[in-house]
Amino acid sequence: VCTSRFWFNYRHVANTLSVYRSVKRLGIPDSHIVLMLADDMACNPRNPKPATVFSHKNMELNVYGDDVEVDYRSYEVTVENFLRVLTGRIPPSTPRSKRLLSDDRSNILIYMTGHGGNGFLKFQDSEEITNVELADAFEQMWQKRRYNELLFIIDTCQGASMYERFYSPNIMALASSQVGEDSLSHQPDLGIGVHLMDRYTFYVLEFLEEIHPASQTNMNDLFQVCPKSLCVSTPGHRTDLFQRDPQKVLITDFFGSVRKVEITTETLSLDRDVAGFESKFLEEELATEPLKYAEQLPVAQIIHQKPKQKDWHPPGGFILGLWALIIMVFFKTYGIKHMKHVF
Amino acid sequence: LPPVQVQLVVPMAVVFGPGAVPGGLPRPLPFRDLQEMEISVNRESPPFVTSRYEMRYRSTTAQEEAALAAATAREADAALHPLQDTTLGSLTIYVVPETSSLLPQGVSVYVGKHRSALVRAGGSLAALQARLREVTQVMSFTASSIAAALSDRVPNGQLSPDARRYLKSSLGYEITFSLLNPDPKSHTVDWDIEGAVNRYVKPVLDKLSLVANFSVDSQILYYAVLGVTPRYDKESSSFLLSAHSLPHVINPVEARLGSSAASLYPVLNFLLYVPERSHSPLYIQDKDGAPVHTNAFHSPRWGGIMVYNVEAPASPQVSLPVHVDVDMARVMEVFLAQLRLLFGLSREEVPPEFLLEGPGNEGLADWELDHLLWAHTVENIATVSTTLTSLAQLLDKIGNIVIKDDVASEVYRAVASVQSAVTELSLGHLHAAFQASKEAVTSSERAFFDPSLLHLLYFPDDQKFAIYIPLFLPMAVPILLSLAKIVRETRQRKKEPTKMD
Repeated sequence: VCTSRFWFNYRHVANTLSVYRSVKRLGIPDSHIVLMLADDMACNPRNPKPATVFSHKNMELNVYGDDVEVDYRSYEVTVENFLRVLTGRIPPSTPRSKRLLSDDRSNILIYMTGHGGNGFLKFQDSEEITNVELADAFEQMWQKRRYNELLFIIDTCQGASMYERFYSPNIMALASSQVGEDSLSHQPDLGIGVHLMDRYTFYVLEFLEEIHPASQTNMNDLFQVCPKSLCVSTPGHRTDLFQRDPQKVLITDFFGSVRKVEITTETLSLDRDVAGFESKFLEEELATEPLKYAEQLPVAQIIHQKPKQKDWHPPGGFILGLWALIIMVFFKTYGIKHMKHVF
Repeated sequence: LPPVQVQLVVPMAVVFGPGAVPGGLPRPLPFRDLQEMEISVNRESPPFVTSRYEMRYRSTTAQEEAALAAATAREADAALHPLQDTTLGSLTIYVVPETSSLLPQGVSVYVGKHRSALVRAGGSLAALQARLREVTQVMSFTASSIAAALSDRVPNGQLSPDARRYLKSSLGYEITFSLLNPDPKSHTVDWDIEGAVNRYVKPVLDKLSLVANFSVDSQILYYAVLGVTPRYDKESSSFLLSAHSLPHVINPVEARLGSSAASLYPVLNFLLYVPERSHSPLYIQDKDGAPVHTNAFHSPRWGGIMVYNVEAPASPQVSLPVHVDVDMARVMEVFLAQLRLLFGLSREEVPPEFLLEGPGNEGLADWELDHLLWAHTVENIATVSTTLTSLAQLLDKIGNIVIKDDVASEVYRAVASVQSAVTELSLGHLHAAFQASKEAVTSSERAFFDPSLLHLLYFPDDQKFAIYIPLFLPMAVPILLSLAKIVRETRQRKKEPTKMD
């Protein structure tokens, strides 16, 4: 999830797209990824290299290749939509790609980046999500067993405050900086004119580039990424809610997708001379008449529709009371005799 | 909500054939007996499941005797089928003499395609009862199958492989058959999937239609390669895929597999892979290095993949592409076996002296269907109770959430349905119990996942104060001061007339 808008927050989009790219490289398909980008950097009018988003200076790596599927874009990235995706309370018309269809065996990785503070993360410069809301959303997910294990990574200023309030089991959290510290950005690119990546994500990506789908690297190595000397901020992590030992948790458990597979040893013996249900199938087809498109759409009704009249409600009690108070005070202070000048 | 107590009642009839009545029966035939057992899944958390077998012991009728006089067990089973009680969940066990030739040598129990079994009388009453217990466990449910149903409440390490394979109960499933042809220049593959679905898959799905709705799609993908390069083995001059590289095969392919945008049902993918000419023939190796005879593997809760090797053309001058007609029967045998396994219907845990009749084209025996229904009913009831409990907790925490009328009615309906499901289970009506549990799950899911229940939309009271006070307090200061002035003036004026006088 990238929560920041505007051209100077290029690095947040680049962060998110880089993590997206690593996760896809390690095997997770698009149908299992929900990508939320709050602004479109590749086609931004200020982008000197349109249709690209670079994550290394000197334009080494274009992370906005031709295989990026953004599920929530631009103004659709709101706190409400984010919480709806997590808890599953989505309107029924939402397509499959915008939903989190996870069950009790799914390991979920959540990566968030943007501008944050002590206990909140800013969405789109107009709203915030607090750590309490996030913890409650995770609890709702746990109640419905929407995850088996959850890894939460956040790269913002004071990021550690976001995972302080978690209380559901099986959550591991990583943040780029402690409370009171700022997370810094990595490299400005003079050709594009903005900072391209944040430090924490940059070093996490360097770490991930060495992981391949069969790798046995565990979580403790991820915790060591980006020490203070490189990152200036102190990355933090939280594993007390997690039931397994982080040493035994593989990176590919969250970043890649390795399935449990069994060899099929049995077969069913089928009788090959069965005629089958073909006749039933054909009969069904003949019964329905083809419907013309125009008949299904009540065009006449739509064209001649009058605008719906909104019912008029008298002003509510609070407003009335306030106005009464103001008027009364006005006339009391200035005297009733002035009223006859008004009328 | 109080913890849900679920009692699974299995109505059973134990019918003694001539010469098979053991000595030492507690009462003369016919009589009834009850056997209750507690199935402990997880001591702390509900629901607490107990099982009760209501057994009716009787001797055979004349028609049944005639049926039992058949030559083989299969014929006897077929003849006995119309004479049995065929309601879902019930069992009939026929006891034949120990020395009867109806069952083959070394086999003491024969389990038929429907809901009956033939059991040898055994030496003594105790042996017979032990055998009866085993048979009923195989044919209805065991502690491990109930544990599988409630698997999201049991830590992962404690489950048997059967249980880990178990597909979650859902109102519908989407089955997708895909043909992967990575080398269209060499092979033109034709598969009569429509015919195969009608002929082989539809009977199975019709039988399973009681459990859920199924929709079947198929697709052909070209230039879809496996993510793993197979090794060339000189001895067998074939290519081998080892067992530990199989998990990495699925992901690159999955990215290319579509799924229906409209439905939210879990998808089961069955892939048929025709290897490239340069990698033919391709065999899958199991852990011991031996080639697997089905040449297929499956992944729990996802589906299965089968590798279909094409015969190399006899003469190397044959023109490419070679036309391949897929033998759908062989393919469907494997896919349907995988489908059974994915639903948790394996026959691995059966004791050795049992002979299980193959289910034939229907794909699963009646008692296996019952097996599924027991498990799904228990799972549905457990899911509903957790959903409703957590919904109640959510509403407690956020006091001012507005519950719409339809959400409230769904919750009431869910509670009523789950109560009726538990009642029906305790009466032994599996069908009614399953339908009630399905309704309960639908209602409770609809209530829980209603879009209006987002806790973000409802502010706690302290947030309301925090927003409105900074706005209205500065505005209120002159008003309050003026009010105070008015009050003072009125009081002065009241005092003045008395003073003037």
